Amino acid sequence: MLKGQVLTGGRGKAGIVKPVYSEQQAESFARIMLGTTVKGCPVKKILVTELLDIKAEYYAAITIESGMKEIILIVSQSGGVDIEEIAAKSPELIKKVTLFGVDGEISRERLAEWLPSVLGDKSNSEGAAEIIWNMYRLFWDNDCSLVEVNPLAVTRQGLVAADAKIVFDDNGVSRHPEIAALHNPEEYTEDELEARTAGLSYVSLDGDIGCMVNGAGLAMATVDCIKLQGGRPANFLDLGGSSHPDKVVSSIRILLKNRNLKVILINIIGGITRCDDIAQGIISAHEKFHITLPLVIRLIGTEEEKAGKMLSDAGMRALRSMPEAIRTVVEYAARGGPR
Amino acid sequence: MSILINRNTKVIVQGITGRDGSFHTAQMLKYGTVVVGGVRPGKGGQKVCSLPVFDTVSEAVEKTGADCSIIFVPAKFAPNAVREAADGGITTIVCITEGVPTLDVIGLCHYLKRKNVRAIGPNSPGVISPGKCKVGIMPGHIHMPGSVGVISRSGTLTYEVVNNLTENNIGQSTCIGIGGDPIEGTNYVELLEMFEKDAGTEAIVLIGEIGGATEEKAAEYIKTSVKKKVVAFIAGRSAPPEKKMGHAGAIISAGMGSAEAKIKALREAGVIVVDRPEDIPDAIKA
Repeated sequence: MLKGQVLTGGRGKAGIVKPVYSEQQAESFARIMLGTTVKGCPVKKILVTELLDIKAEYYAAITIESGMKEIILIVSQSGGVDIEEIAAKSPELIKKVTLFGVDGEISRERLAEWLPSVLGDKSNSEGAAEIIWNMYRLFWDNDCSLVEVNPLAVTRQGLVAADAKIVFDDNGVSRHPEIAALHNPEEYTEDELEARTAGLSYVSLDGDIGCMVNGAGLAMATVDCIKLQGGRPANFLDLGGSSHPDKVVSSIRILLKNRNLKVILINIIGGITRCDDIAQGIISAHEKFHITLPLVIRLIGTEEEKAGKMLSDAGMRALRSMPEAIRTVVEYAARGGPR
Repeated sequence: MSILINRNTKVIVQGITGRDGSFHTAQMLKYGTVVVGGVRPGKGGQKVCSLPVFDTVSEAVEKTGADCSIIFVPAKFAPNAVREAADGGITTIVCITEGVPTLDVIGLCHYLKRKNVRAIGPNSPGVISPGKCKVGIMPGHIHMPGSVGVISRSGTLTYEVVNNLTENNIGQSTCIGIGGDPIEGTNYVELLEMFEKDAGTEAIVLIGEIGGATEEKAAEYIKTSVKKKVVAFIAGRSAPPEKKMGHAGAIISAGMGSAEAKIKALREAGVIVVDRPEDIPDAIKA
């Protein structure tokens, strides 16, 4: 069995999971797979694994249900590549049970009692209970947000976890250095990697208006409003909270690498982020990089007066209104600069 | 009137000796919040902003009569800080700390529920009842007392919306940032219920963003149980789709999560959904 390794779903349907029966076939499929890109992810690695004689495919996943604040198990006796269609068309074939919630934790015994009614086959239930219980321990021990086995394959030798996906909680990775080490830099563009190292959240887009914003919600709203105004954002950049002037300098350095930029918008509302820290960062970046692009600054909130004075002493000006700042950058981008 | 906090709320600051903790203690005092002390293990007996620092929450509660705590301690120690606050007699906890592991938050939510303790956050900008009390890191001066309740998953986007309301002479009863993490101590639905009952709140602004299904759940609740006017803005309409790992998310959410799905669900519940944050004041007045 050849399985292209990419960090996205839908691999079977994209043709990068294939059974092979000879060396030649393996070679020719591998060549095709290595030239394939699935949802923007190029296939660079292939897992070669034993071809199983699969009689039936189950589905088992442990994940977080955020509404009820629970850890739940989703099981189906109809697993495989069509599981999402089955969930949509025949939801009765998908069963859910709470593993950890308001009533505490389910017991291994209770889980084993519940499974036969779902799988419809007693002979596999004990094996399934064991695999699922191990998945559940893996989930807790490694701060996961998803442990999915699909297919959980029924073979003559019993149940086999034939393929799995695991998603780790971003907030939990810091206490698992062995998982942090699995981080794969190939998944990111150069700019995104640099931003990651600087502790920023950054996504490249294809426009000409560079954006530096504090907070993910405001950053998304800024990008939305630029588009509604007829402009084209070049990126999403969330500076995060409690920012240090150096973070502002790193952000501007990353923005300036983009040759398509016509204007930069800095949209900051200080809460835990102090406007004087931001102003200091802007002034340092200006001195360091000799920025020639127009810089539109919108800066209000904690310590705004101090920041306003620092900027005006450095010959810069901050706007107070976000709509005004958005209108200004979209105009500048259209005309290639102020006036 | 207001929800969660008011003029009589007595606040302690866990992590009062840190950079953010001490700075925002001063800001809260300046706003008029009754901050009565702080906690930092090993630094009991010191003073910050002329307030006493205690080694433990229970000692702080005993000596000051505090009923509310705001938490600034680093992510690694935050779960213990929350537990200590609940065990020490605090009834309302506001957790500012970001980066708390999700599984810890789930465990804490159920622990607090059993103890009947209310938590806002983690990764929250806090709560403010303008003119009365601020337990958070939001800039106080952009707020104005009034009768619009504001609930949001985002920090700075909330400030943007509040700033717009205030500039249009629309005051707020209470503004709450529920936190930007997958699990919130208190969610939209619980706060909608409180605002619906609050005599001082006439209309509600709900600020959401793409991902999860929490806005859709709020829409369901509004449809059946909220009679007050609700205006909403959803951020992320132009965001590129996220790469999806596994099928479990799709199976649980069944088509929810996108900006379109959220906007549709909210509109069907009778909510006025606007295109830009600056359109909210007109929608409230209409």
